Formats: sequence, structure tokens, C-alpha cells
Amino acid sequence: MRRRTFLGSTAVAGGLGLLAACAPGSDSGSGGSDGGGSGPAAGDVETDPSAMGDVTLKVWDQEVRGAQNDAIEALIKAFQEDNPNITVERVSQSFDDLQQQTGLALSGNDVPDVLQVNNARGDMGEFVKAGQLTDLSGYAEAYGWEDRFSDSVLSKARYSADGVTFGEGSLWGLPQTGEVCGIYYSATKLETLGVEPPTSWDELFALVEAAQKAGEQPLVLGNLEQWPALHVFGPLQANFVPTDEITTLAMGNAGAEWTDDPNIQALTQLADWGSSGAFGDSPNGLAYDTAWADYTKGTGVLLIGGSWLGPDMEAVMGDDLRFMAPPAGADGKVATTGGTGLPFGIPAKAANADAAAAYIDYITSDTAMELIADNGGMPVLRTAELAPTSGVNKDIYEAFDAVSNDGVLLPYLDYATPSFADTAGAALQEVIGGQAEPAAAAETLQADYGEFTAEA
Amino acid sequence: MARQRPSAVVRSRATPYLFILPAFLVYAAFSLYPLVRAAQFSLFEWPGFGPSTFVGLQNYIDLASDPDFRAAIGNALVLILFYAALPLVIGLVLAAIFRRGQVRGMGFFRSVIFLPQVIALVVVAVAWRNIYAPNGPLNQALRAVGLDELARGWLGDPGAALPAVGFIGTWLEMGLVMLLLLAGMSRIPDDLFEAARLDGAGPVQEFFAITLPSVRGEIVVALVLTIIAALKTFDLVYLTTSGGPGNATTVPSYEVYYRAFQLREVGSASAVAIVLTLLVFAINVLVTRIGERAS
Repeated sequence: MRRRTFLGSTAVAGGLGLLAACAPGSDSGSGGSDGGGSGPAAGDVETDPSAMGDVTLKVWDQEVRGAQNDAIEALIKAFQEDNPNITVERVSQSFDDLQQQTGLALSGNDVPDVLQVNNARGDMGEFVKAGQLTDLSGYAEAYGWEDRFSDSVLSKARYSADGVTFGEGSLWGLPQTGEVCGIYYSATKLETLGVEPPTSWDELFALVEAAQKAGEQPLVLGNLEQWPALHVFGPLQANFVPTDEITTLAMGNAGAEWTDDPNIQALTQLADWGSSGAFGDSPNGLAYDTAWADYTKGTGVLLIGGSWLGPDMEAVMGDDLRFMAPPAGADGKVATTGGTGLPFGIPAKAANADAAAAYIDYITSDTAMELIADNGGMPVLRTAELAPTSGVNKDIYEAFDAVSNDGVLLPYLDYATPSFADTAGAALQEVIGGQAEPAAAAETLQADYGEFTAEA
Repeated sequence: MARQRPSAVVRSRATPYLFILPAFLVYAAFSLYPLVRAAQFSLFEWPGFGPSTFVGLQNYIDLASDPDFRAAIGNALVLILFYAALPLVIGLVLAAIFRRGQVRGMGFFRSVIFLPQVIALVVVAVAWRNIYAPNGPLNQALRAVGLDELARGWLGDPGAALPAVGFIGTWLEMGLVMLLLLAGMSRIPDDLFEAARLDGAGPVQEFFAITLPSVRGEIVVALVLTIIAALKTFDLVYLTTSGGPGNATTVPSYEVYYRAFQLREVGSASAVAIVLTLLVFAINVLVTRIGERAS
């Protein structure tokens, strides 16, 4: 009995002590909790690195993969040679690691000067809301970034200062590389089927049917991970839904509806492909990496997916592998899901904001784009100009250039709300598998989007 | 010379607690403190950084009407069947056979059955993901024997995904349960069996009259361990299905991870974790009580 009393009282005392301790987050010395970060005006910005004195610039990025890492290292070396008073201290880690540490790091006082931040609402949106990033608008004006980048690209790193509107407002980061979802096709398979690469969506639908009649699997999709279907549905949606509406939906801004006819038509087309077996027997049971590996070994005619798959698939398929942007969509313009690599931003408490901006300016300059292309990455600017002379990357660079400059680069649908990746992933899986009617899936998507936009 | 009296320190009532103090400090720092903090977080709305808002029990009230959370709890209960009930039945049978049997190379078979416990779960998950793939070995085997209509994308089929994940659990836990029971059975004195045989009992009667009652303690231990494994399972689901198709295989631990790191709702994630802890605790109290009463 006595022992229990002792333990009990210890637990109670300890528990009370802990609970009475400060609430989560309040002890971490976070930035302006009233929301809305700020940044310097263009006139207050120092753009001459040599006038900044001796600076050690802390840079956190996630460009750890071969080509990207080479490009960044080459850029840092060149930057330090041009600006001997600035020393760059780089920490690079995987996307997942960086993403999980960013929240903690930004709420402390010892922050990096340059940081790659994911565009999504759950990341950049939250940090903007908490006032933890520097508004780059002043720097953009001083350095002329708005002339350098297209609106379509910059909008992916714009939020209103309160974090409510995505795609408009202040600029919080600059990207270096580009990505685009499009259609991979096997040149020999199209030849065997006696068809040309489709120039309209109707031709594409006809191609799918023709391939099926010929006993080929028309489309390859490995959707076990739930997100791959988003990269198929994104381009498909653009055939039915106006790009403005998709952008509003995908950025989680108020004013659009998932349950309108065009969206349901798009979901119905996806369901038809699923039920007719156009994706093979069991796309939902097939892993993403297995699917594209199967494709390189001769399964299927088309693969709708991201530009990042190109080099790996080309290594097996060689010249047979081609890539194209999807045909023009509902607006008559080429529109497809795509975007940029993670933007580089400056934390609100960065000690060397001016030097950080100079660094960001340097790694997104024209010469930097050449360095990135030389190292095998896809630069976000001058893409067509820097395209290789042959191979699938030539197709990909040209497609990206066409979409980002003349067409519309649609945001990833899962930018919409913090939970949308999961909601949409599950819903599209059920549409493809036939467990949910398109209209019901649209309701599910609308519920998530509607709830989020109503709260904002 | 009179015997020296124990010193005041030794006689003090506090002394026993001084002995447990070092262990208690470690335990408190790495188990109790995080638990209390999680309970505290669960009362706040907090993205993991920056300011937080006190919301009382709202996170728990929200859980009650959250279909994802209820699906996760439902799936966890189904997984108990695969992680605990099935391995217990299989483990009992295997252990009984091994105890009686004079099979050559018994040690070898025992090791093979226990092997899954030794392999890292990541490896297990990747291997099974390949086995279950639409063109994987399982479907190839089914097609080879003409059972084409049974072949499917096991992890992508809403009806098959949860049992498919569950079966990996059965395969994993089977060896552990068998080893525990075998240890228990080896302690049963041989004369008990001899007496039973003299009374004319067959192998089945022997099993139910002697073996089963004798290993009751081991059964309770096995159930406690496997039920905890079932309820806290995360890695298998994360690596095989990410909770899909739809949310057919989502489990509470996965919800904790998802809410904390994807949705940045640390309060809600902590609430799920606390509910899960209570659930694990309640079920195991129940199992232990039943085990004690039966003895």
C-alpha cells in the first residue's frame, strides 16, 4: 500500500509538473506568431556581394542525387570564386529528412540562410503563415526575377502573406529545375499499330482502343503507392476542365468545384480505362517502380508519367522511347501537371539575407542553367535552348518549354490541402479499381477541398 | 562483540527506492516523459512548430466521428486475428508435433520457422510486396495450377489487401509463438504423458488434457506479445500498401505518422497515439485477466 502511495504521488507530482510546463511550441522562440512574414523593399536591398563583408552562408538543400548534386557543387564552387568574401557551408540531405527537419529548424533561432522548401500548403504555406520565411518580393524587383521566370513558374512559389491564397501574392522562393508529366510512347509499338503519335485527345482515346484490340496493354500504371494516378489524372483532367479551374482546385483556393460535370467526365474517363483493363489487370496492386521497369521490357504502349523517369527508361529502351506533352486540352492550350524542383527560400531569421539572395540569384542565372543542363538536370529556364540534340531528354526539354512558356503548367493536385495527397490518392485508386463511382469520388474530393477552403 | 546494527541508511524506508532510482530515471526520461508529453500535445492544435492553441478534448471528440480513424481501428482488430489468433493455433500444433516427433533435423526446422523473426521488417515487406505483385510468384503459382480466377493484384484488391498484409504477420509471429510454447512444453514432466498413455489416451487427448493446460502461461505471454505487435504494426503497412487501396489497410500507427508528419496535426496524431496506447493496455489487461482466471 505504502509503495503504491509513493509511486502514485510521484506520478501525480511529476505529471502535474510536466503539464504545468509551457504549452507546445511556446518555448521555442518562434518567429512572428501573428502570421505573415516580411521582407525588405527593393531599395533597401544590397545586391553587390563584395559589399557584404566576410560572410559564411549556411545552405540547406536536398539535391543529393547524382546529376543534381554535381550541378549544385559546381555552382557553389563558381559562386565562391566570384565572391571570395563569401564561404558557402552546405548541408544536403534527402527530401524526406529535410522536410521533417525544416519545421523544427525554422522555429529555432539558429536557422540556415538558404533553405529549400516544398511548395505545398502543408510546408511552405504553413511556414509563410507562421512568419518563418522572408518575403522575396523586394529582391525579385532588385534582381529582375520576374523577367527571368514565367508567371506560370513563379506562381508555384507565391502565397499571400497570411498563407491563405496560394499562387498569388508575395514570392517566397525560386526554383532551379523543372518537371513535367507527359506521355511516353514506344516508337516501334506505334509503328506496329500503324498509328502516329496522337495530336488530339480523341486520337489518344482511339489509340488506346486500337492497342487494346491488337492485344496490347495500352497504358502502363503502377498505382500501389496511390500517388502515381495523380500524374495520369492531371493531364487527363486538362482535356475536360478549364485550366483556371484546375489551378484553383489544385492550389486549394476557394471558388471551384470538384463535383461539376467536366470533373466528373474526367473521372469517368479514368474509371472507363480502369474497368476496360486499359491499365492492365491490377494497376492498384502494381508498384510504381515495377511498372516502369515492366514498360522498358516491352509491356504496354504508352506510359503517362513524370519527366524524371526519362533517363532511367532510356537507358534500357534507347531510341525507341519518346516523350510528348499531352495534346491540347479544354482551353485549346497544352496543359499538364508539372512544376519545378523545390524552391530555394530564405528563412525570416536568416543572419545573411542579402548574401542568401545573391546566392539564389546566382544559382538561377542563365549560366547556372547551362551548368545544370551540362550535369544532366532539367533547367527550369531556357529549357528548349539547352536541350540535348537527341534522346528522350530532347523531347522532354522541348515539351517542358512548350508547356511552361506557351501552355499552362498545372500545379500538382495534391498541393491543394494538407490532406489532399491522401484523399485524392485513395479516391483515384477506388475510381480505377471500380470501388467508387466517379460522382461519389468527386464528392469525396470536394469534401476535402470544400472543408479546407471554408476554413481559410 | 555485538553484531553491528544496520546503518540508518539501510534501515530507512527510502532505501529500496534509492536502488530503483537509476533505472527509474532512465525509464522516466524515455518512456514516462514522452507519454505525458504526448498526452499534453493531444489537448492542443499544433502543427509541430510555432504557436499552439489549447483545444481541450476536441481532438478526441473529432476522432469519434472520423471515418479514417474508425477504419484504422477496425483494421487493427482484424489484424489481431492474423497476428495473434492464427499464429497461436499454428504455433500450438507445430510445437506439439515438435515435442512428440522424433524428426531428424528438428533443430533445422525449428530455425527455419523462427527465421522470419530475425529478418529486418523492411526486408520482409519488400520481399512480400514482390511475392504479391500482379506478376509475382504467388500469381504465377496460382496460374500454373489453373487457378487463374484467384490470381489478382493482392495488395491492390480492396478485399484481399488486408488479409494479404495480415498473412505476412501470421508468417512473422508463427515462429515466435512456436518457440515460446515449445519452451513451455519441454518443462512438462514425461511421466505425466506416460500416465496418460497407460490410461489409454491418444495423441489428441494427450494434447488437450496435458499439453494445453500446462502451457497456459506461455499462451498468455504469446498473446500479449503478438497482440501488441498487431496493434502497433506500422512498417509492413507503410512499405507494402501505404494504407491503400482507398484506406483498406490503414492502421492506427500509420495514422499517427500520417497526421504528425504529412498533415502536421501533431495534436490529432498524439490523440490517436494515446487512444492506441489505451487500447493496447485494455486488450492486454483483458488477456492477462482471462489467463489468470483460467489457471
